[in-house]
Amino acid sequence: MTDATLALGHGDPHLLGGRPHEGPASKRIVTAYGFWIFLLSDIVIFSCFFAAYAVLLGQTAGGPSGAELFDLRSVAAETAFLLLSSFTCGLAMIAADVRDARWFHLGMAVTCLLGLGFLALEFREFAALVSRGAGPTRSAFLSAFFTLVGCHGAHVSAGILWLLTMMAQVFAKGFRADIMRRLLCFALFWHVLDIIWVAIFSVVYLLGSAA
Amino acid sequence: MSESDLHRSGDLAPGDEEEVRIGPRLLVYAVGLGLAILLTATSFFIAGTNLVWQPSIPVAIVVLAIAQMGVHLVFFLHITTDPDNTNNIMALAFGLLIVFLVVGGSLWIMSHLNQNMPPMDQIMQMQR
Amino acid sequence: MFGELTLFGKLTWAAIPFDQPIPLIAGAVVLVAILAVLAWVVIAGHLPYLWREWITSVDHKRIGVMYVLLASVMLLRGFSDAIMMRAQQAVAFQSQGYLPPEHYNQIFSAHGTIMIFFVAMPFVIGLMNIVVPLQLGVRDVAFPTLNSVGFWLTATGALLVNVSLVVGEFARTGWLPYPPLSELTYSPGVGVDYYVWSLEISGVGTLVAGINLVTTVLKLRTKGMTYLRMPVFCWTTLASNLLIIAAFPILTATLAMLILDRYFGFHFFTNEAGGNVMMFMNLIWAWGHPEVYILVLPAFGVFSEVVSTFSGKPLFGYRSMVIATMAICIISFMVWLHHFFTMGAGPEVNAIFGIASMIIAVPTGVKIYNWLFTMYGGRVRFTTPMMWSIGFMVTFIIGGLTGVLVAVPPADFLLHNSLFLVAHFHNVIIGGVLFGAFAGYTYWFPKAFGFRLRESWGKAAFWLWLIGFYVSFMPLYAVGMLGMTRRMQHYDVAEWRPWLMVAGVGAVVVLAAIICQIIQLVVSIRDREELRDVTGDPWDGRSLEWATASPPPAFNFAFMPDVTGLDAYWRMKTQARLLGAEPGEPDYKDIEMPRNSPTGFVCAFFATIMGFALIWHIWWMVALGGVGAFATFVVFAWRDHDEYIIPAAEVARVDRANREARRAAVSLAGSPS
Repeated sequence: MTDATLALGHGDPHLLGGRPHEGPASKRIVTAYGFWIFLLSDIVIFSCFFAAYAVLLGQTAGGPSGAELFDLRSVAAETAFLLLSSFTCGLAMIAADVRDARWFHLGMAVTCLLGLGFLALEFREFAALVSRGAGPTRSAFLSAFFTLVGCHGAHVSAGILWLLTMMAQVFAKGFRADIMRRLLCFALFWHVLDIIWVAIFSVVYLLGSAA
Repeated sequence: MSESDLHRSGDLAPGDEEEVRIGPRLLVYAVGLGLAILLTATSFFIAGTNLVWQPSIPVAIVVLAIAQMGVHLVFFLHITTDPDNTNNIMALAFGLLIVFLVVGGSLWIMSHLNQNMPPMDQIMQMQR
Repeated sequence: MFGELTLFGKLTWAAIPFDQPIPLIAGAVVLVAILAVLAWVVIAGHLPYLWREWITSVDHKRIGVMYVLLASVMLLRGFSDAIMMRAQQAVAFQSQGYLPPEHYNQIFSAHGTIMIFFVAMPFVIGLMNIVVPLQLGVRDVAFPTLNSVGFWLTATGALLVNVSLVVGEFARTGWLPYPPLSELTYSPGVGVDYYVWSLEISGVGTLVAGINLVTTVLKLRTKGMTYLRMPVFCWTTLASNLLIIAAFPILTATLAMLILDRYFGFHFFTNEAGGNVMMFMNLIWAWGHPEVYILVLPAFGVFSEVVSTFSGKPLFGYRSMVIATMAICIISFMVWLHHFFTMGAGPEVNAIFGIASMIIAVPTGVKIYNWLFTMYGGRVRFTTPMMWSIGFMVTFIIGGLTGVLVAVPPADFLLHNSLFLVAHFHNVIIGGVLFGAFAGYTYWFPKAFGFRLRESWGKAAFWLWLIGFYVSFMPLYAVGMLGMTRRMQHYDVAEWRPWLMVAGVGAVVVLAAIICQIIQLVVSIRDREELRDVTGDPWDGRSLEWATASPPPAFNFAFMPDVTGLDAYWRMKTQARLLGAEPGEPDYKDIEMPRNSPTGFVCAFFATIMGFALIWHIWWMVALGGVGAFATFVVFAWRDHDEYIIPAAEVARVDRANREARRAAVSLAGSPS
């Protein structure tokens, strides 16, 4: 704007401000970055539940402990479902980037099914625990377990709702720029959920059973 | 989302990658999946086996978990140490700092509190 | 709990306090006032304007103003609670006073909750919303519609807390509901439920604001504005909102655990089955300490702007200010145990957190010195914002010193939960946050509304606030030292009485101050033509917000400026003076702006329904509210037109009018000093 920049003896001669700043970032970067920060706040929520779980680990109030309750085959299946769904989600994103609607919908549908499979197994596990008298009201340990794992399951459920909404949006409106941005956010969400599951199956189930 | 969009400001959206050809992108996801399966299988194996020195099991599981999170970050989320990704890593680092402070601090504090303070049922009995 | 399958859950006519005159009358008065205002709005035909220009607005300036308005109204409610408490403690010597304990407990709980969550937070968030995009030289925040959602969810929280006055009751647990008192066993009523749902909902709003402002500062700055060329207010905005993102999830999670205990019989914090009440304190203060820095950092930013503008000098020690700000941001996450030294963590833990709490005073001290050195050698203009800043410096130092005092664990063992502590935190919150809010309010009011506030009433308000604060709270230090515990509904120690009566007088002085502020606003609106800010730069400012008209057009800048250094607007003015002419007309282009949207308002409407239903266990209503909220988002997501275009001709017309007004005002004033 100002063509003659008069030297006022200040400015930024050592470029300590970094590279010359080009102006506001593109919408894609802004949207994804904002969502990334939201995911970090979500991770902090999970860390609170992890902390509560760690503190209350031994508080079984005379009831069953993790080692007595956890069925590692079910956990292994859940892990497999979620991990594969992360992979198929990635494939769906590649399909979206090349505007291939068929592969996109296929990838998302498989992701959805795998996610539902995960939820079904988890629901079955929870129901079994409750029927055994090891529900969340039995002890502080179980409260913490159900909350931590259940919070993750709630996020997966919300993710599936979102997934279906995105499929509907792409079906109705195609690969529009704003829909692509939302897909990027969805992918971030889905992958981070799998990262949190890694922490859960390791710390809660594997360490809990090995104890 | 043209390439010019990605390169313009020397900045990358989290989750975006610079590569646009399908082949290499598929490969990245496949390698990530393979590594993750390997790490998961190892974790499950170690948790249940007697072949490993028992006291090392918790450490091994935690290390494998961290490794797998790294695999997810790099291969699925494309969060790398590329200079275009710096902002994203900084945000992640800040988040991780908070997580360590909250979880670590809470564990430290709560263990001291639990050690010094009698359990609640004892306090309740004292009041009867 | 699911046993009540009645249509309205726990809600009955008994929820309305027909037998308690004070809340009944207060509620009736407020209800009549609200209905009167609504009636006037509708009858005078202002509703379409309000809906179009304010309620559905996604403009950061409008949303910021609404935040500040919410905060101001809630200040009146929070202050009413305060004056009731002071009155009670002044008279309740060897008597029950006029407030029974169940009522008194609700009052101090509501006072703290409202002041922190619905006065201080919205005030600073409002100021940041109005100012930051302007200072960064851009058109809006990163997520304008989300901004609207955040505001309206905060308003929902405020609404729910106020509804508790007339339908049901509020929590009696203090502003942080410690278990086991807050558990269902000991608080079976709806009070704690009002508290938790109000904060969970408004907490989402706050998080949204946090994400918005961090993304705006990091990703949305005009050309040439590198990080080290941003005004310090933007740095403090960044630090404060990073803290929001990091800390508010902790509040959400901890209150969620309390909700699970109360609603589903979980055992996080119960006395039985292994619950650990101390974990609540630990987690809630891990949020609670960063929270106070979330409040005070923007206030520090305001002072940096005000002090440098009214000293006519660039801020002293810009780099050290930035470092100090980010240091405070990080360290504030390492001190939280000092809120419960006495809970029994032991000497090692107490020592580490005590030392950290003292260390955090150092960067704050750096800031104070920088402000003082900014004033030194400058030509200081003692306008109202500057008076607030000086009042802040004196008051905050005292409050900070008493803070360092209670950071010493052995001292804290005596002073914890005494009135000394109450005096300390009011000292720093009023002296820091509130004075900063008022400084920002008087400083940026002309920018937001196009006319200045009357200085005379502003100065009167300042002096009355200053005197009132000291008369109210200095006696509390004394009476805390004399052993008085906080939250006492009555007492019988004769030694305390005179101090508490003086404190009561102080509250009346503050009341006079608030009345002056109200008068100031009324009088300024009445005389607005005389007080009109024609140039957009009433204070001879240094940063980019003063380059725009007052109030700025929707698009803020006709052409986003190209920044070459700190104090970007000062540079522009200096260059214009040296060249003897203002910069030439920019090349006007079409501007894309985000469309207004009712999403925020509608979403908050459903959130209010859900919150109320959750509190009263009306399950079908919860489901309805939830479906409605989800549907709102889907409808919003289905929108095909996110933006509208302001044609270049319109941009040119608005900008030329502003330039003309500036030119006329400058030539009338002669050559600028």
